[in-house]
Amino acid sequence: MGDRNIFKEILGHKSATLGLFIVVFALIISFIGPKIAPYDYRAQNMTDRFHPPSAEYKLGTDNLGRDILSRILHGTAITMQIGFFSVAIGLTLGLILGLLAGYFGGITDRIISGFIEIMLAFPSLLLALVIVSILGPGLYKIMLAVGIRTMPIFARLTRGQVLQAKTTDYVEAGKVLGAKDLRIIVRYIIPNIISPILVMATLQISITILTAAGLSFLGLGAQPPIPAWGSMVAEGRAFLRYAWWISTFPGLAIMFIVMGFNLLGDGLRDILDPQLNR
Amino acid sequence: MLQYILRKLLFSIPVIIGVSILVFLMIHLVPGDPARIAAGIKATDAQVEQTRKMLGLDDPLHIQYINFVKGALVGDFGKSIRTKRPISVELASRIPCTFQLAFLSLIIATTFGLILGVISSAFRGTIIDNITMIGALFGLSMPSFWRGLMLILLFSFVLGWFPASGYAGPFWTWEGFKHLILPAISLGTAYTGTLARLTRSNMLEVLGQDYIRTARSKGLKERVVFFKHALRNALISVVTVIGLSLGILLGGAMITETVFSLPGIGSLGVTAILARDYKLVQAIVMLMATIFVIVNLVVDIIYSILDPRIKYD
Repeated sequence: MGDRNIFKEILGHKSATLGLFIVVFALIISFIGPKIAPYDYRAQNMTDRFHPPSAEYKLGTDNLGRDILSRILHGTAITMQIGFFSVAIGLTLGLILGLLAGYFGGITDRIISGFIEIMLAFPSLLLALVIVSILGPGLYKIMLAVGIRTMPIFARLTRGQVLQAKTTDYVEAGKVLGAKDLRIIVRYIIPNIISPILVMATLQISITILTAAGLSFLGLGAQPPIPAWGSMVAEGRAFLRYAWWISTFPGLAIMFIVMGFNLLGDGLRDILDPQLNR
Repeated sequence: MLQYILRKLLFSIPVIIGVSILVFLMIHLVPGDPARIAAGIKATDAQVEQTRKMLGLDDPLHIQYINFVKGALVGDFGKSIRTKRPISVELASRIPCTFQLAFLSLIIATTFGLILGVISSAFRGTIIDNITMIGALFGLSMPSFWRGLMLILLFSFVLGWFPASGYAGPFWTWEGFKHLILPAISLGTAYTGTLARLTRSNMLEVLGQDYIRTARSKGLKERVVFFKHALRNALISVVTVIGLSLGILLGGAMITETVFSLPGIGSLGVTAILARDYKLVQAIVMLMATIFVIVNLVVDIIYSILDPRIKYD
């Protein structure tokens, strides 16, 4: 990466720009969403239940007469938090494991690689489900559950990258100069492997948001009254035939944000990984 | 070659053992006393203790693990805590539905993924390419449960073409097909998108290779170069994704089966987890992980046969 101006390069890439725009927009909504929401997201209004989208309720109301737009605006922050923090957890743990395995090799590598292999044998949603069922529902537990799911992915990627970086001249030179392991890792290896990890992190945020939404949909997510989008879709399911808007709009919101991260991740890959430039 | 396959086979054994230990330990970390859950809310302490003995939960952990493995090897996972029925019977009655669903979505996704990917690469940079890739992006970005509900809304409620839920047998019968087509589309869409993107990028990579230029300069027809030389080589690495996608399909089946009320392994898993039926969860996780490992093994072997460049050491 070094002296390159990544931000400028993103703006020169059409879909990356669009992705960045969506992500920044969602971030802004995370902060100001609750303030611009037209109604209280918890306010039940029994006389205005199942109100279709109208001038009064832009996206309609749900079975308890709550304004769906306000609930979506409130839920943005949760979705973004889950995306960022879960991947941060998985990335940190995975990076450490991958660095240890790739850099030290030998028995350390065998043990860690075996562990990664075992973790990857679980269908990812199943793993998250089992972890949530162990930890119990709740926002932070979800972050941990879906975060751990990404750990073996980052560990495997990091390990492969470290193995490549280890053979390069600058690491050899560092060793010849008598640099300590930690210094070599921090100064020479990490900066050279960070690009693919950054790309993977962006793409994993989208998968993580989808997984967490799936958990909420199944009733293992953040608990009410927190308006998690996945559980909003689940709440509307019983009324789908008569009140399509209850499930439809929160789902669209999830898709919008996930698409933003996917576009940004794909764009970053084009920019940062010249091998894949086609 | 044979040696390579044997090594791969041997290597998957410790993975499965590791999976079984992890599954076993994980389940024992679940809060709440399984004996109490099994005995019921109204049970007296004495009854709970009796249930504990009956389920073997008073044995030391390693004995419990050995019993679990012994049972698992012969397909005996004990009885469900909730329904009291043998888990093997429960699983056997639900495997056909999940198999049908996974198989049909694999067919749909592979067919459309490959066709769209090839078309996209053939028309690179044109409007056709753009539309296909935007479509793939949409497919990848949608939550699967929402996609399922939208399909139900459109095809069951508005158009009335297909039923919204239930299972009516294998997809090669009309009734069965009518019930499975929406869930299969719902489950397969994300994978269709992945496959279309992968096929496209592989095709573009292969089309830039020297041997394609050679083939063209030999005066071969563009059609022959495209299909015979490029497509065949591009497909090699697509095969690996099919293995990885099975894990996604099995995991995804949990949600899709729940949305469409299908009596499969996935919806059973969700019910088991929500009801804290730990023995059933154990069996399902073990089953899914083992299938996943075996499929990956098979894919590895197929890959090594298809790609002669792979090293066997």
